[in-house]
Amino acid sequence: MTKAITVSGLHKSFGRTHALDGLDLDVETGEVHGFLGPNGAGKSTTIRVLLGLLRADSGAAQLLGRDPWSDAVALHRHLAYVPGDVELWPGLTGGEAIDLLSRLRGGINSRRRDELIERFDLDPTKKGRAYSKGNRQKVAIVAALASDAELLLLDEPTAGLDPLMEVVFQDVIAEAKAAGKTVLLSSHILAQVEKLCDRVSIIRLGKIVQSGTLSEMRHLTRTTVEAETKYPATGLDTLTGVHGLSTDGNRVRFAVDGPQLNSALRQLTEFGVRSLVSHPPTLEELMLRHYGDELAHNGSAKPQASGAPGTPDTPATPGTPGTPGTPGTAGTPGTPGTPGTAGSKEEVR
Amino acid sequence: MSTVTTAAKSPAPARTVTGGNALAGTRTLIRFALRRDRVRLPVWLLALTIGTIATAGNFQTLYASTEQRASVVRTMDSPAGLAMTGPRHYLTDYNFGSMMGHQMLGFMAVMVGLMSVLIIARHTRAEEETGRAELVRSTVVGRHAHLAAALTVAVLANLVLALLLAFGLGGAGIEGVDTGGSLLYGFSHAAIGIVFAAVAAVTVQFTAHARSASGMALAVIGLAYVLRASGDAGGDGTVSWLSPIGWVQRTYVYVDDRWWPLLLCLALAVVCGGAAFALSTRRDVGAGLRTERLGRPHASDALTRPFGFALRLHRGMLFGFGAGLFLMGAMYGSILGDAEDMLKNIDQIQEALQRVGGASIAESFASMVMIVLSVVASVYVVMAALRPRAEETAGRAEPLLATGLSRNRWVGSHLAVAMLGGTLLLVLAGLGIGIAGAASTGDGGLVLKLTGGAIAYAPALWVTVGVAVALFGWFPRASTVAWIVPVYAFVVGYLGELLQFPSWMANLSPFGHVPQLPAADMSWPPLLILTALAVALTLLGLAGFRRRDLETK
Repeated sequence: MTKAITVSGLHKSFGRTHALDGLDLDVETGEVHGFLGPNGAGKSTTIRVLLGLLRADSGAAQLLGRDPWSDAVALHRHLAYVPGDVELWPGLTGGEAIDLLSRLRGGINSRRRDELIERFDLDPTKKGRAYSKGNRQKVAIVAALASDAELLLLDEPTAGLDPLMEVVFQDVIAEAKAAGKTVLLSSHILAQVEKLCDRVSIIRLGKIVQSGTLSEMRHLTRTTVEAETKYPATGLDTLTGVHGLSTDGNRVRFAVDGPQLNSALRQLTEFGVRSLVSHPPTLEELMLRHYGDELAHNGSAKPQASGAPGTPDTPATPGTPGTPGTPGTAGTPGTPGTPGTAGSKEEVR
Repeated sequence: MSTVTTAAKSPAPARTVTGGNALAGTRTLIRFALRRDRVRLPVWLLALTIGTIATAGNFQTLYASTEQRASVVRTMDSPAGLAMTGPRHYLTDYNFGSMMGHQMLGFMAVMVGLMSVLIIARHTRAEEETGRAELVRSTVVGRHAHLAAALTVAVLANLVLALLLAFGLGGAGIEGVDTGGSLLYGFSHAAIGIVFAAVAAVTVQFTAHARSASGMALAVIGLAYVLRASGDAGGDGTVSWLSPIGWVQRTYVYVDDRWWPLLLCLALAVVCGGAAFALSTRRDVGAGLRTERLGRPHASDALTRPFGFALRLHRGMLFGFGAGLFLMGAMYGSILGDAEDMLKNIDQIQEALQRVGGASIAESFASMVMIVLSVVASVYVVMAALRPRAEETAGRAEPLLATGLSRNRWVGSHLAVAMLGGTLLLVLAGLGIGIAGAASTGDGGLVLKLTGGAIAYAPALWVTVGVAVALFGWFPRASTVAWIVPVYAFVVGYLGELLQFPSWMANLSPFGHVPQLPAADMSWPPLLILTALAVALTLLGLAGFRRRDLETK
């Protein structure tokens, strides 16, 4: 497999702000690559460097084997871009903006354009100033996907779209992938990344802190287990790798590190399991693992399931992202073989 | 969680805010609007006041003797003269006061109207357009509070202006400018300002966009001005009675001091204001009464080419400036025939004209006017050349430059429109002054002569574009510094002639190097050097832009 995007040691500063701090990124041809991180982590800056809109201070970047700064125009004929905050010309209709953008890119597939407008339920006769944020976003998405670009750079493309349109977007990206296109999808909507992406890179303070497939990453984190037992379960608190244990009569709830899942379950079955719910680690938890120290700084160390409230501005620990709450996970997982639970949520009776 | 959340006690009933009436919160909104405009309003008011008092002082020095005033009366007593100023009755007693009423009041009515329209649009429609009004209206704020607050602020501003003018002029000790007349002069401004504020209050109900709403109100001001101009030029002045600007001019301030025409203004303002409140209840917040027109679902072929696209973005402004400059040229052209008579007794202008040279006073006067026209054209040129910067900061350049469009072609297309458009404006201005000038002097040769004289300024416009693009390329945040070029050109080129600045000051401006056709002889070297300079600055700017980061949001 060839690489569609290779980036190594990228640095970019804006005055005193160090937006990119030695970023490395590899995207294989034909994959959908998730680019995760909170606002201000450097996602947009990275994509703008890849587009030749910003010039990196140092480091190397290649798109489709070419330099994004010096070959910008030639490269742009092969790629399409959807910014996270689409601004349109107030006097131009959406249809005109779509045609303008895609013809300047080098051509438009009219049938596909009309089909996409239909699917996204977009009125192309409205003027740019009359569109809501979601509709402006749709204009950029249609313009990007109506051309035959081989590489799609999408910077939080669905901000402002409603859930129905989000589904349409996921279908369209899946089709693009089936057609052999490469997609770099920056996002902080984790469900979207979970559904679409083959591999994920997590960016934090201008650096990639983790990169790999989702299942690779899941081994590095905890599975949440909720169970109801015949007798009150005991002894779980003495097991290594079990965290956040709470018991309420016969109900028990805890999180367990991947390698220790098997022994925890064996302990649990001793008390007669009546029902069992286990959640694989969600991307929220993956991200929280890397932003946990910042949360601790903010005085809310308890992981919340809602998004990643990272505060990018705090210059907290520029070194490796230490995760105080998860001791056993930094090392390599001893036995990555806990197959049954890695799937999606399942319930045992 | 096993903790039982105790139901939060419902907060004590909020302080009863003045009833459920439609004006609740108006007072707070007025204070808020005044706070937001704490710089803007004083600047407007002071500029208008100082401009008025300075003009009055100017009249005193320019027309010091009775003969000079009598000669102005003769010049003004022509259809063109009356169309540009005011009704003829002022001429019966042409002292410095009635000069103000005659020559300034009509022009000031437009300026005060502009101020009032902008105040209303800014505090009503612009708030709705950005969605801020929605947030405010969700609190304890009545349905009519925004409009009532905006109108109150506009009325306050106009009343303060009236007092400033009344005391400023009344206290200046100018012959013929008495206190009673000054009070009426001031309140004439307030009256016309309030009328146009009420007009704007109606227009903001129609469209959903602040810009089109103020455009509609400004069109009403323009129509009012045209009505009074044609009424005053046509003799009996019946048509002028259709225009509120005509009404305030018919106070015959400093001549007859009639207050009652202001009552007409007041009545019109009340009617328009009432209509605005009534109309506002017939529409939704954020929407206009007129539904948004739909456009084409597909782009035309021309639009998808960089130049065609740039032209599309610039065309509105280009049309506006083109029409304006043609009319402006025609206005100056129409008085060319009388120029000799009019300027005969004004020593400063006589001296300035002699320095310019030329076969006749008409030609030398036209050459001086050319500088003014070209400076107006340069205002357009700077706006057009800074358009890429505006697109960049608005975030609209980013998606374009992520396509197969290179930075050079993108900026280049805007610069091409700026340079060609600026040249076109000169042609239109030249044709305007040439055609009207030929008609008023009976010299048909002026059409070509004056058009050529205007086109000679094209290289100076191109240098202006070059300065703007050089700044854009290398110091994007300082792009607005490019405005120095037209401002300096105006100060040196127009006032400098009168006030006799040293020649090195004129040489700093690109406009100072253009041969003043048709009075002076044609001379190619400065034009070629200016063109070369424009090319060099443009290339420099493009090189800078290719090297720098695109500024993104």
